[in-house]
Amino acid sequence: MLDLLWLVALLPFLGAALGAVLGPRVDKRWTTAVALGAPGLSLLLALGCIFEYVRNVSPEPFQSVCYTWSAAGFDGYMAHEGGYQRFFVYMNLFMGSMLLLVLGSNYLVTFVGWEGVGLCSYLLIGFYYEEKFPPYAGRKAFIVNRIGDFAFLVGLFALVSRFGTLDYRTIFSAVAASPEAMGEPYLLGMSFAGFVGLCLFIGAMGKSAQIPLYVWLPDAMAGPTPVSALIHAATMVTAGVYMVVRSNAIYQLAEGVSGLVAIVGALTAIFAATIGLAQTDIKKVLAYSTVSQLGYMFLAAGLGAYSAAIFHLGTHAFFKALLFLGSGSVIHAMGGEQDLTKMGGLKERLPSTYRTMLIGTLAISGVPLLSGFFSKDQILAAAWGGSKPLWVVGWLTAGLTACYMTRLLLLTFHGEFRGSEEQREHLHESPPVMTWPLWVLATGAVVAGYVGIPRLGQFDIHVFDRFLSPVLLEVGHHGEAHHASVAVELALMAASVAIAAAGIWLAWKIYGAARGLEGGRGWAERYPAVHRALVNKYWVDEAYDATVVRGTWASARGLYRFDAGVIDGLVNGFRHVTVGTSMLSGFFDKYVVDGLVNLVGWLTQAGSRVFRRLQTGLVSQYAMVVVAGMLVLVFFVVLFR
Amino acid sequence: MIDLLQLLIGDSLTRLVFFPMLACLPLLLLRQERTVKRYTLVAALVELGLVLWAVGNRLGAGGAFEPWHDLAESGSPIEWIPRFGIRYELMMDGISLPLVVLTALLLPIVILGSWRGITHQWRGYSASCLLLTSGILGAFLAVDLFLFYVFWELMLVPMYLLIGIWGGRRRVYAAIKFFLFTMAGSLPMLLAILWLAWSHSQIAGAWTFSYDLLSRLDFPIAQQMLLFGAFGLAFAIKVPLVPLHTWLPDAHVEAPTGGSVVLAGVLLKLGTYGFLRFAMPLFPHAASAAQPLLVTLALIGILYGALVAWVQSDMKKLVAYSSVAHLGFVVLGLFAFDQMAWEGALIQMVNHGLSTGALFLLVGMLYDRRHTKEFDQFGGLAKVMPWFATLLVISALASVGLPGLNGFVGEFLILAGSYRAGLALPVIGATFGVVLAALYLLKMLARTLWGPLDRDENRELRDLSLREILTLAPLVILMFAIGVAPERFLTPSREALTTTLAEFHERRDEPAPMALRWRQSAPTPDGIGGERAAIARVER
Repeated sequence: MLDLLWLVALLPFLGAALGAVLGPRVDKRWTTAVALGAPGLSLLLALGCIFEYVRNVSPEPFQSVCYTWSAAGFDGYMAHEGGYQRFFVYMNLFMGSMLLLVLGSNYLVTFVGWEGVGLCSYLLIGFYYEEKFPPYAGRKAFIVNRIGDFAFLVGLFALVSRFGTLDYRTIFSAVAASPEAMGEPYLLGMSFAGFVGLCLFIGAMGKSAQIPLYVWLPDAMAGPTPVSALIHAATMVTAGVYMVVRSNAIYQLAEGVSGLVAIVGALTAIFAATIGLAQTDIKKVLAYSTVSQLGYMFLAAGLGAYSAAIFHLGTHAFFKALLFLGSGSVIHAMGGEQDLTKMGGLKERLPSTYRTMLIGTLAISGVPLLSGFFSKDQILAAAWGGSKPLWVVGWLTAGLTACYMTRLLLLTFHGEFRGSEEQREHLHESPPVMTWPLWVLATGAVVAGYVGIPRLGQFDIHVFDRFLSPVLLEVGHHGEAHHASVAVELALMAASVAIAAAGIWLAWKIYGAARGLEGGRGWAERYPAVHRALVNKYWVDEAYDATVVRGTWASARGLYRFDAGVIDGLVNGFRHVTVGTSMLSGFFDKYVVDGLVNLVGWLTQAGSRVFRRLQTGLVSQYAMVVVAGMLVLVFFVVLFR
Repeated sequence: MIDLLQLLIGDSLTRLVFFPMLACLPLLLLRQERTVKRYTLVAALVELGLVLWAVGNRLGAGGAFEPWHDLAESGSPIEWIPRFGIRYELMMDGISLPLVVLTALLLPIVILGSWRGITHQWRGYSASCLLLTSGILGAFLAVDLFLFYVFWELMLVPMYLLIGIWGGRRRVYAAIKFFLFTMAGSLPMLLAILWLAWSHSQIAGAWTFSYDLLSRLDFPIAQQMLLFGAFGLAFAIKVPLVPLHTWLPDAHVEAPTGGSVVLAGVLLKLGTYGFLRFAMPLFPHAASAAQPLLVTLALIGILYGALVAWVQSDMKKLVAYSSVAHLGFVVLGLFAFDQMAWEGALIQMVNHGLSTGALFLLVGMLYDRRHTKEFDQFGGLAKVMPWFATLLVISALASVGLPGLNGFVGEFLILAGSYRAGLALPVIGATFGVVLAALYLLKMLARTLWGPLDRDENRELRDLSLREILTLAPLVILMFAIGVAPERFLTPSREALTTTLAEFHERRDEPAPMALRWRQSAPTPDGIGGERAAIARVER
């Protein structure tokens, strides 16, 4: 079975190719069969492989599960949309690339998948290409990601020039074999491990939307909602985390960069969470939530808690995909409306969506016994052990998360309906093809945490840690992360439950019961400056636009002017000089050289005209001249004798 | 003469070079435009078939390619002007192979792509294209420097005509600019070639222009610098390197589609090929000394070309400036003097021909419909022209260097190889060019394909016809093929590059002599019949 692993990634590509060849005019049923058949087969194969090789080292099972369930969900969602076939071609392409990314046994294959998912992201964000904004958002995503890719590539060059290969095993065992060599000064004042680690992390920043490269993800919500659920919440955006964890051998030797990873992660987590508090677009809230949760994962990875990072990656995939698909169902019901201020009171009309989204909200908020609780707790425990300030940031973020998610839920499903009459008429629960994936994901959101029940003293059933242990090499002298005592662990849990409860309570107090928007308005009036900053997302987009974008554009314009004016100006100037010289030569030639020639001619002519008069033809005149001449001659002879 | 005729009718490089030229003759008899077009297409396909057949026959097991010489029946190279040691000497090896195939491939594509775009004087157009192909093939295959120079100048004329007769509004300006720029470079090169031959006569008593014999000379460093400078100038103009590039945007914008395709596809490659084939192996010390300068120029070209491409409002100009950036990568790879980088540079020459060729064809197809190339005039075309959109997206992504398509292979090898060779900082700068490439090519996609279809003129645009799709198909298929299975396309060239590189390093590591002399470490005889006899004769 294992030798068929390559087929797992190939099948979706075949699906994409077949879908593309079939073209848009073929019966929808065929497209659907190809679209779901290829990844479905791929999933079966993957499961087979996993059963045979339980210690398979990637988070791929989670993702495969997500794929197929989400793919089924899209079927319903996209049923009313144009470009059905195009959509599924892109999706299959995405699945293939994503599988390549996680199944690749070397950095190059991973990079190929990495770029492939980036392309699909570009195409899918800009799926509604006839509008103005989606193509722009897609382009923004691609270019911001490319900035990360640039660093990723440089990291790969460094690796290939040092090791002569990009194979994971070879590199990591070489790294583990000579940790000292990795620490020697390498380039730009960094050690080799530090340089490569930084490059890879910048790559991860782009793909996993971390400060300062997170700006593309919120705009990526311009794509169809299932895409947001799958690509921009559950799978692709976690690729950066995956890569950092995968490269843990390098990060363990690069303490400075690991610290940077943790700090960037923590800052991103709290930064995005605060923005999430004030957004009114349901998908934007979820997008910032994703950015924030990815920050958590980097926090964990930076602190060396790699299995916690991957664990949170897995649980997050379930509840965030659930929340996005739920929001898709809501938007579908509202006839394309995404504004929270136009919703409210949907609880009765969309019971399944409401219940599943409630589960998702509780899970992400860290309510005990749901998946998010376990994974977040592990991260916070690692932070406590690693750095207390980072723990505080993570802990506060947990409260903010609970708060904005509860806000979202309350504004959507509770209180009065605030939309138009037309929308009220249109309200309906989504068809089963859309609701049953929600239930499947909700089940996952509940139970996925139990693979990683925290280790409490001797009581250790941490399946997940053991699952990942083969990839988490011990490199250098670093020991196993220090495990807190049972009492501390329990106290930390209590603290995170407390702050989650506080967040939920705060949101309820503001938006609960029938208060709806009114409560929020009161707070906005009390702190107008804060509110404005949050609503405008701290003006980061504007700042980038004013500096980086405009700056680059202006310098490019300047260069073009330089090109046309100076460089080509010189060329043309040379031409003018040449032409000018030629004209001068021509002038000289015409008036001086040829002028002399003509002068001789003219003189001859003029002389002839004068002397012609002597030739009168009268013999007497001639004789007179002869006599006169002789007389003059005689006179001179006599005179000068 | 008899030797030449024998070569011409046999399976030889001579046949490949001169078939297009001879195929011009029947054009004199053809009157109707339609017949001319069809005839030219057939001739072009025959030429492509001849090239593929000849190459296919010689690809060894595992895809390796042995050097292939055109020899007279006696087994020695043909003397052309014996008094000056000028020979008619053609040779194809792994370095020229991909470029020759690319040239032959582009010919039928150019003819097919000009089917509607060229509306007058088809006979002249066909003749120019065929002659141009002969000139380019000859330049890629000649290993006698005099012969090389003849072909180098020969291809100038048809290109000049293509731009000057079938070009756009400012065609005459662009054609003259192109011609003069190239001449400015090629005259110093001619002097350098003569100097080389004369130097040989000083030390050996007889003139020769044969590359094999001249490469046995070892020049003192000062002379090497002058000679390298003269060759380098000609090649740098052809590439073109900033700041010698300003003829290119004008030539591209004014040239007809077919002219642009050949220009970007293969003509520019003669510059980089020249560096690889002549300038670097002949003057290794000077080439090493010039490395900082050329790497800097290449890096400037990559960033500068990309940024300037980004602000263009004319599609063709955008693609033209993108060529400056892409060729910058090739030059960077060449001057890394590293196996991986050289393989990348060579495949990148082909890649650029494929993707830029396709982009020019696509822009031309749009131009045929709307008679404008301004971005402002378009937007939302994906709706009415799905085929066009698909192919434009693929070609642009190939140009961006997306993995799975050809551009990535070349860029990755060039950058990784150059990094390995110790050019870490320039590589970091060049890699940033990858971001900028996304910037300008995605701009092109966004301004033409995406967004609302808000212009009435664009609502009725026809999608690509079958002919147009067929024109592009080979290019697109190759983009995928090279992207997915690069090894297949790299192997034929590997041997030749390894040898050249090893010899280069060997010579560079010896100190340059104080005075002109024979090389100390003579290369092993490469088995050309009569070669050693020639040396013996010369040395006597």
